[in-house]
Amino acid sequence: MNALYELLTEKVLAPLVATVIPGAWQDETLYMLQAVIKIVVIVAPLMLCVAYLTFAERKIIGYMQVRIGPNRVGPRGWLQPIADAVKLMFKEIIIPSGASKALFIAAPVLSIAPSLAAWAVIPFEHGMVLADINAGLLYILALTSLGIYGIIIAGWASNSKYAFLGAMRSAAQIVSYEIAMGFALVVVLIAAGSLNLNQIILAQNGSLLHWFWLPLLPVFGVYFISGIAETNRAPFDVAEGESEIVAGFHVEYGGMAFSIFFMAEYANMILISALTSILFFGGWLSPFQGVPVIGEPSLVWLLAKTSMFLFLFLWFRATFPRYRYDQIMRLGWKVFLPITIAWIVVTAGMVVAQVPPWFD
Amino acid sequence: MLQNYLPILIFLGIGLITGVVLFGIGFVMGPHRPDAEKNSPYECGFEAFEDARMKFDVRYYLIAILFIIFDLEIAFFFPWAVVIRDVGMAGFWAMMLFLGVLVIGFIYEWRKGALEWE
Repeated sequence: MNALYELLTEKVLAPLVATVIPGAWQDETLYMLQAVIKIVVIVAPLMLCVAYLTFAERKIIGYMQVRIGPNRVGPRGWLQPIADAVKLMFKEIIIPSGASKALFIAAPVLSIAPSLAAWAVIPFEHGMVLADINAGLLYILALTSLGIYGIIIAGWASNSKYAFLGAMRSAAQIVSYEIAMGFALVVVLIAAGSLNLNQIILAQNGSLLHWFWLPLLPVFGVYFISGIAETNRAPFDVAEGESEIVAGFHVEYGGMAFSIFFMAEYANMILISALTSILFFGGWLSPFQGVPVIGEPSLVWLLAKTSMFLFLFLWFRATFPRYRYDQIMRLGWKVFLPITIAWIVVTAGMVVAQVPPWFD
Repeated sequence: MLQNYLPILIFLGIGLITGVVLFGIGFVMGPHRPDAEKNSPYECGFEAFEDARMKFDVRYYLIAILFIIFDLEIAFFFPWAVVIRDVGMAGFWAMMLFLGVLVIGFIYEWRKGALEWE
């Protein structure tokens, strides 16, 4: 992979830029083109994952409910996401007569852009990251908060009661869990001592027991459950709540406009799963550290951990009934917030006292 | 240093472009047959009773205010968390004092019933 990238940039891109672009701008252009190539290498598989996550969801929940799930399109249903995508492309995009047109169109775009751009700081392997910035965790916190704008604007611009209710619920829910999530990130930060995601993974170097899930166990639970609430997934999906407010904030959206929201939601699910594995489960570190071959840190481990958390997302959806709205609010403010605040004190104490084996 | 942030800017641009292109694909490929009924806001088969931008519950507003307070606190915690290994016991206790004040405020909110959703 790395070799292929080097070949592409040195043998193809560099000479091309040297001939086409005037001398003074060659370095900058090359740098930007390299960034664009890397971004495409991140976004294209991500989109594919989103498509097949929808398929995995239908299959897995199907089997959990003793059904088979989609099995008609292609061998064992494997072409189902492609068929869905093609169908959605040919659907009419209805813009309601009462809607604020510009905002109505801007909302899906605003919802997918941050859910893609947040991947800029995710380290896929040691040093394999698009932007190795010092403020990685802050950037993640900022970008995951931006997703709410798409939802609020969609609910407001639709000028429909269901959409409006869905947007209000979603906004209040997301900001409530944002607090718990932010405090959980602070705890990780205390433990790791760095905002850079690569450094956070390296701080967990050692073995399965050195990963942060063990010393930060309650916070790990809070973070993952807040992540589910942030992405508006079951059992916290009152913002969509199809049996109460039809589809919530995207009730007026159809065709591609709807599927952009859909893709953003699934990209966010993958992002939360990847972040949980990075912050609490050692990212690309191997659980068998010290053992030859399988003990090597690798992209495969990150993918395996991310898939595990994605499976949990689907499992929760198949298992738990939807929370009532006041219960959601109580969980966020009265349970998660005190737990994280308490664990800030505990973790800070452990770091100051240099408790082995994590903080010595 | 700042050069590291350029790919992020490009990525944000590409994210926006992706959204616009996907929307454009749907707009170009899909049919356009508007009619008054289809374009009216959805309301379970009824004519829309009133404007959807109606009065809403004040509790949502309250949650937003509480959020701002707590999010600010989180912003204060970030720099401290990064340097906790360097600031020693004085830094540790200073922040515990800050956290104590925060907790007192939190208990006050709780007792006042600002966190109730009933």
